[in-house]
Amino acid sequence: MNRRPLEEISAVVIGASAGGVEALGVLLPALPARCRAAVLIVVHMPRQRPSLLKDLFTARCPLQVREAQDKQPVEPGTVYFAPPDYHLMVETNEDASVALALSVDEPVHFSRPSIDVLFESAAECWGDRLMAIILTGANSDGVQGLAAVSRLGGITVVQDPGEAVADTLPAGAVRTGLAQHVLPLAGIGAMLSQLGRAP
Amino acid sequence: MNERVGDIELRLLLEALYLRYHYDFRSYARSSLRRRLRVAMDKFGCQSLSQLQHRLLHEAALMPELMNILTVQVTDMFRDPPYFRALRERVVPLLRTYPSLKVWVAGCSTGEEAYSIAILLKEEGLLERTLIYATDINTVALEKAQAGVYEIDRISGFSENHRKSGGHGSLSAHYTAAYGKAAFDRSLKAHMTFADHSLSTDSAFSEVQLVSCRNVLIYFSRALQDRAVELFRDSLCYKGFLGIGSSESLRFSAHSASFTEFSVDDRIYQKVAS
Repeated sequence: MNRRPLEEISAVVIGASAGGVEALGVLLPALPARCRAAVLIVVHMPRQRPSLLKDLFTARCPLQVREAQDKQPVEPGTVYFAPPDYHLMVETNEDASVALALSVDEPVHFSRPSIDVLFESAAECWGDRLMAIILTGANSDGVQGLAAVSRLGGITVVQDPGEAVADTLPAGAVRTGLAQHVLPLAGIGAMLSQLGRAP
Repeated sequence: MNERVGDIELRLLLEALYLRYHYDFRSYARSSLRRRLRVAMDKFGCQSLSQLQHRLLHEAALMPELMNILTVQVTDMFRDPPYFRALRERVVPLLRTYPSLKVWVAGCSTGEEAYSIAILLKEEGLLERTLIYATDINTVALEKAQAGVYEIDRISGFSENHRKSGGHGSLSAHYTAAYGKAAFDRSLKAHMTFADHSLSTDSAFSEVQLVSCRNVLIYFSRALQDRAVELFRDSLCYKGFLGIGSSESLRFSAHSASFTEFSVDDRIYQKVAS
């Protein structure tokens, strides 16, 4: 299947658990200020409020960083973190605009937020205009989601399991055979830096 | 517009449920509905939403199970302790000024949130003059809420939350444990009324000082959210309080101007206009 060039990507979804905060510390600063894609992120964290992720990355990322709220319109060039203890999804409105949607449905793979839930919902919404990135992680939440992204034509990227702090998740994703790019963080950062490049 | 087959099937199924059983899910948030309907498809052995629609139309006996899949929300007592702490420390002092109180827990599911509020009000000495309406569309869940009996292994989590929310004394003062279950006190239930009420089709039924509706609006579309918030506005007295879930917001609502933020981080709003 032909995948879209990076500059035509509307959204990037990123999923990580153990070691994820450090990995994002490499990736998010690599996002270019001109990036028009929205970036939606699930990181498995202990259930606590308020989440520190937004504050942690605001100063280190050239894009706006927000914690997702229900029904918030998805804006280009903005990073959204799933709030603790909620699943994050996206929903297409009748006027074709896209908004964030949350749920407190049962945890998936013991996880809420769940990477699978975000990826499956984003794949249905954006199809081949989506790029999905699986990072370090110690359980298998995210593997099915990556498969859904691939099936609906999106670009699939997995952190090189050899480099990951916890390799269960990335190795599981590689085993599906659906990862188009298996790269170290530096390589993924280089891909992200091309987002929003003038066509 | 070229609608995808899955979207067409979903719309037809929701229309069928409405026409056949008068359950109206047509204005629910699609992303969560899709996930839950996928669970129903697995459960009922259906390959597509069309097949599921066929079975649901012809086998009314499947409906209670479907309603459980679509509407039951398992939540903990005192979930998000800071919310209950804010109710206790900031809202209760103002509720004290009313000679009698009515509270509406909208979308109460199996009752955890309603009992939490009853316990909080009892500890603050307000329950005697309070009536709590706990409503939901799922009648099976309402029966469980009415019973107020929960698995004992959930109690330690409830107690921990209760303590973090600023609860006085032990949660065990409010239930009796036996046979692996904890049954909450009659003295709480004497001040609670459980009723079948739909935020999509029913109207306001009483004037209340506090509405607590946590993590229910996230399952609604914008339009249905607006309808529900309008109902809350119409039910609340002037300066009455509305509490919603920690990642919900009135900011994107058509009725946001009727409310002012009372405790921003805890998502407690106060009605300022009709």
